[in-house]
Amino acid sequence: MTGDDSRHLPLEDIHTAAGARFGAFAGWSMPLTYPAGVMKEHLHTREHAGLFDISHMKLFEVSGPQAVALLDRACPLDAGALEISQSKLSFFLNEAGGILDDLIVTRLGDTRFMVVANAGNAVADEKHLRALATNFDVKIEPLDRVFLAIQGPEAWAVLSRAGIETGSLLFMHGVEPRKDWFMSRSGYTGEDGFEIGLPEAAARDLVAKLLEDERVLWIGLAARDSLRLEAGLCLHGQDITPETDPAAASLMWAIPKDVRASGGFIGADALRAAIERGPAQKRVGLKPEGRQPVRAGAALFDADGNPAGHVTSGGFGPSAGHPVAMGYVAASLARPGTRVFAEVRGTKIPVDISSLPFTPHRYRKG
Amino acid sequence: MAKTYFTSDHEWLRVEGGIATVGITDYAQEQLGDLVFVELPETGKKLTKGDTAVVVESVKAASDVYAPVDGEITEANGTLSSDPSLVNSAATGAGWLWKMKLADESQLAGLMDEAAYKAHIA
Repeated sequence: MTGDDSRHLPLEDIHTAAGARFGAFAGWSMPLTYPAGVMKEHLHTREHAGLFDISHMKLFEVSGPQAVALLDRACPLDAGALEISQSKLSFFLNEAGGILDDLIVTRLGDTRFMVVANAGNAVADEKHLRALATNFDVKIEPLDRVFLAIQGPEAWAVLSRAGIETGSLLFMHGVEPRKDWFMSRSGYTGEDGFEIGLPEAAARDLVAKLLEDERVLWIGLAARDSLRLEAGLCLHGQDITPETDPAAASLMWAIPKDVRASGGFIGADALRAAIERGPAQKRVGLKPEGRQPVRAGAALFDADGNPAGHVTSGGFGPSAGHPVAMGYVAASLARPGTRVFAEVRGTKIPVDISSLPFTPHRYRKG
Repeated sequence: MAKTYFTSDHEWLRVEGGIATVGITDYAQEQLGDLVFVELPETGKKLTKGDTAVVVESVKAASDVYAPVDGEITEANGTLSSDPSLVNSAATGAGWLWKMKLADESQLAGLMDEAAYKAHIA
């Protein structure tokens, strides 16, 4: 049960009718599982098409003559180098280079961008962006949308049957197919898929059409978490926090080289210093031996019993068929294949550093 | 003749000849969701009512299963090591967790029968 102060999804009645079990997440009452259960929901997404209500996440439209300049200041990003419809993973960093949030930024027009922020950080993100924006000629508009994700190898086909053609859209690109719609080919599962922000009435219509298709199943937050963990994707607040910088988080691939070298983003000096020093700890994949899951918070030790790091996300990977986890270890232990030990209820479980993802990404890149 | 008891922590005990077979109820397995690992106790371990006897792990979380009465473990359901999903598919049958020799049968008096348990979860 969730408290009365949680926020409720606009489509909550549909989830209730579908038999969802709800739980609290980031201040929202969210569907955790549906009657199929987390295991079937997870596997269905990898085999067919999973439908997720992610309306807890926030879309911001950033527009105006200085939209590029604002985003270049707010994020380690070369916003002006993005092509129209191109999306990029980026961050809000603090002055110490720590990750305040991870975001997807999509260029909609010469001076118009869509920013998708995490639920738990949406309020802080808006405040942060508005404070920065006082020095720029820009408009920041939080959008009131239902936000749906359709993920899996049949996602494009079920959308097509529902009257939405996705043909030429490639991974990490986003467009506005209809008025007040935003659709990007992206997601949080490692599969091909789409995220669509749209007004509530249109969303009800789309959901009804999609659910007529037997290839589509509602997927709850529990499977969303196991899917993203297998895909090696970070959850802000767990795997990345204001105390971790992109270098330690093994996310430097998201920051273009010239931006690293000379970008004027917040946290640039601290990040450059961190890169120079080399991170003391690095985010890595962790594969526990055997079947016992190793979960967030578990301490890691090296072969001699010295503290070696900690687990930030962990559980069972239904597609991998074994427990999966990620966490931070001393940089000297970060090489795949290195054995460490996780302490679970007083027992040390052997864990091998593993390359990420655990299940191969199947994005539609071209 | 075996008699079955239930606890407010959603366990069942089938008692016969001073030995209780213990598992979780169908209601409990539904709440937990798909189980992926069961940490079984060692035979011979002595438990006091309320001690953690078994840890069941779902995709998402680990949950303790407590000893409903005092006693000594006589057997753990080893089948669950390779197939923890038996607890989901047959919670009150093949998905039993452990057997224990009761230390004090009078403790059973404090437990529920099936009708009382059904009222408890209604």
